Amino acid sequence: MDRGRLVAFLAVLAITAGIVGISANDSESLNGFISFLTVFLTTVAIFAIFALGLNVQWGYTGIFNFGIVAFFMVGAYTSALVTKEPSSSEFVKYVGGLNLAEGLGPLNLHGLTGFVLGALAAAVVSGIVAFLIAIPALRLREDYLAIATIGVAEVLRRIAIEEEGLVNGTRGLTGIPRPLHDLVSPPDYKFIYLAIAVVVLVIIFIAIERGARSPWGRVLKAIREDELATAASGKNIFAFRMQAFVLGAMIMGIGGAVYSANQGSIVPDTFSHFFGTFIIWAMLMVGGSGSNRGAILGAYVVWGFWTLTGLVQPHLPAALEARTSYIRDLLIGLLIVVTLLLRPHGLMGEEKRVSLFAEQESKREAPQVGAPAAGPTEG
Amino acid sequence: MTVLEARDVVSGYGEVEILHGVSIKVEEGEIVTIIGPNGAGKSTLLKTVFGLLPCKRGAVFFDGENVTGHSPQALVRKGMSYVPQSDNVFPSLTVQENLEMGAFIRSDNYRAKIEEVLALFPDVVERRHTRAGKLSGGQRQMLALGRALMLEPRVLLLDEPSASLAPNMVQLVFAKIQDINRSGVSIVMVEQNARESLKLSHRGYVLAMGQNRLEGSGPSLLESEEVGRLYLGD
Amino acid sequence: MVRSLTRAAALIGWARREYGGLADKAGTVGLWLLIGLLLVVGVIDARQYLVTGIIVGSIIALGALGITLIFGILKFAHFAHGDMMMFGAYIALAALMGDGSIGPLSFGWGMIFAILLSMAVLAAGSVAIDRVVYRPLRQRGSGTVVLAIASLGVAIMLRAIMLLWWGPDQQLYVSGIHPARELPFDIMLKPDQIFIVATAVLLMATVYLLLFRTKMGKAMRAMSDNAELARVTGIDTEQVVMWTWMIGGALAAVAGILLGIQSNLKPELGFTLLLPLFAGAILGGLGSPQGALVGAMIVGISQEVFVGIDLPFPPFGVPGYKPAVAFGILILVLLVRPRGLFGKT
Repeated sequence: MDRGRLVAFLAVLAITAGIVGISANDSESLNGFISFLTVFLTTVAIFAIFALGLNVQWGYTGIFNFGIVAFFMVGAYTSALVTKEPSSSEFVKYVGGLNLAEGLGPLNLHGLTGFVLGALAAAVVSGIVAFLIAIPALRLREDYLAIATIGVAEVLRRIAIEEEGLVNGTRGLTGIPRPLHDLVSPPDYKFIYLAIAVVVLVIIFIAIERGARSPWGRVLKAIREDELATAASGKNIFAFRMQAFVLGAMIMGIGGAVYSANQGSIVPDTFSHFFGTFIIWAMLMVGGSGSNRGAILGAYVVWGFWTLTGLVQPHLPAALEARTSYIRDLLIGLLIVVTLLLRPHGLMGEEKRVSLFAEQESKREAPQVGAPAAGPTEG
Repeated sequence: MTVLEARDVVSGYGEVEILHGVSIKVEEGEIVTIIGPNGAGKSTLLKTVFGLLPCKRGAVFFDGENVTGHSPQALVRKGMSYVPQSDNVFPSLTVQENLEMGAFIRSDNYRAKIEEVLALFPDVVERRHTRAGKLSGGQRQMLALGRALMLEPRVLLLDEPSASLAPNMVQLVFAKIQDINRSGVSIVMVEQNARESLKLSHRGYVLAMGQNRLEGSGPSLLESEEVGRLYLGD
Repeated sequence: MVRSLTRAAALIGWARREYGGLADKAGTVGLWLLIGLLLVVGVIDARQYLVTGIIVGSIIALGALGITLIFGILKFAHFAHGDMMMFGAYIALAALMGDGSIGPLSFGWGMIFAILLSMAVLAAGSVAIDRVVYRPLRQRGSGTVVLAIASLGVAIMLRAIMLLWWGPDQQLYVSGIHPARELPFDIMLKPDQIFIVATAVLLMATVYLLLFRTKMGKAMRAMSDNAELARVTGIDTEQVVMWTWMIGGALAAVAGILLGIQSNLKPELGFTLLLPLFAGAILGGLGSPQGALVGAMIVGISQEVFVGIDLPFPPFGVPGYKPAVAFGILILVLLVRPRGLFGKT
């Protein structure tokens, strides 16, 4: 077994053992213990969806999106607005509230259809936002797009806060319909939702894997391996990258929809750079850029690590305890840097893929210090 | 005395091997020209000698010392200078500043040297405070040569000095190269313009497909039927 | 749907190619006209905001200058710059000694010491970070994308350290209210603000002298032009890199401190600062120091003036939308003249 897989296996083992062990010890009942694990896994599944979306953008296409939280937020709010009832009170103001539940009647399947429609709407709106930013930014340089995505995240968050009538400002939206909620008693709902989240994850995973093997995916691969040759053969490189970027954004939008239906309520403050962008980058870097399995693994490992340290925290002496959360933040940043330095392709990524991006860039731009000038000029 | 020697050099770009064991020798005070078809490896040889490309096998000697794989900065310190084929001046720096950069590693007062070098290129001296990006192709080439002279090198490596220049400029540049040589600088020149460059060379090498093909004095190569047929367009 | 997306994108690409040259000229003219209009409106109708904008612009300028130097010489977008600014502000906070104030300023001589110390710490720290993180990646041949992601990791770590040490809450250098002075033309100005602009101008002048009058500065500009040629010429490129980080770090420290004097300190602000910083640097043309100064000024002034103008629709009049103005400028530049005002083609 290659070293990466071994480390991955051990990491998963250690984290799982730690989480199970400590939470079992701390839980007051079997029920509490199982609830805890269920919630943990649901969060992992949601993060995995975001990581998969990022993988399409970064792992498959080499676009780096530092504003993942923008699409997360757009997806969450869109699906909420589409599935909720219209505002009934003067103090709660927002647009939309299409309340698909009412309209569909029995076809709603206890909220499931509404949920699916909400997720699709989330995907579409996220895709549109991605398309709009990509037009000015993507054709230029990837770093311009990265900055633009940071900008979109900031601006959208401000709009959500300032435009009180849009999404109820800082108070946020509550009462987001949860699919299949009336089928079971509230404490048991989390098991159903875990199943829903995992199903969505699996569907997306399969779709991406299929896409990668399709003719479209093969062109993307060709662009990665030799952009010049692919461009020469007539393929519109910009169009393909645009499509990958939009597709990744749509997946992130769906992740947002899954998140908001799980929570039942969302506020602008939820969508921080740290949990919406940074942590997902760490997940993909660690798990393996370019590998869908790696994205899911990374989500498990990083969130598992996060949860594990959270479990350990109450057991620490008081002085350490207060600041432990920020030490975790530090480790997330460290993970990204260390991964890039020691194993850029992550645990499950292919070495070839990431180094290809490195080569492509040095051919595309001005010569760097230490590297030879672009190719044989005349010979 | 052999001031520069490349012995059985094997090198290339990444996985691709361009030179399969090339050797050249430059005696002090000579102008040596390297000609050959496109893709022969002429520029690659120059870059390998100057440390811009890794030398996979073989060796480079400067004044008898083995300098294989030394960095460009180290070689500049030892007395070698290199002028690339294109992008060979700093466009946003003025003419004067470009020359100052040539003297970067000098810690002494190099003002006198700047005047001396500028005097060699009268066309450029009146533009000393013009940004290099605004100069014409020929003026830029002159400036590039001047920059390389700031450290009083023993050997000057020139990659296609006449490239993309108008014919009258080509004459001027080659005349300048002769002046520089007469002042004591040995010159190794890679050229596409075989005829004109051989005219002023003491010796020449013909490279093809990454290997030595022919070698001889400038005049003899000019007269050679084979060279004439293949490379001079006779 | 995929196909219509492709077609739309192709159409845009075609339009760009067909009308590119014309659009570029029109874009340039339009951009300068807008800037002129902004200043005119500012002077006539929103003088107070114009003044605040100049102050904010000077702060952004110091940061944008660092970003543009790092981009020009090291060839990557430094996403840790905002957090570095914040970090500099916090170092000064920690180093602030002594009460009292210099004349009408809100702080005493201790602040001057704190500024110098913070500059030194950040200069050294930036070089250290380069040695540990960016240089190994450079030597491996890593491209601009990998370096940018690494800088994201560094940004996260800096933010975490700030949170660890100083906590998440907002901090001020000095509490209490310091009155503004009234000046002609209906402008109110605090002495602190004069200090901010004066310091910023002093630093900009110093950097200018460095870049245009010293050997190292010229080497930096040379390397920004053509790194390969710089190597060939014999310039010690690693030394240039070191100086770039020192200058960039020191400028970031001062920018952060001045921002702290102008408003407050908060670890979370760091990342969001990237938006106006990059907007200014890109507007001016990435890689051009004079561009960074002009671009940052325009961003700063625009942010304040737009928010000051009293029109009933957003973003006018809503302070929360200042980042939206910076974002708008960014997108406008990317659409209309991507190389910025002073950028090289």
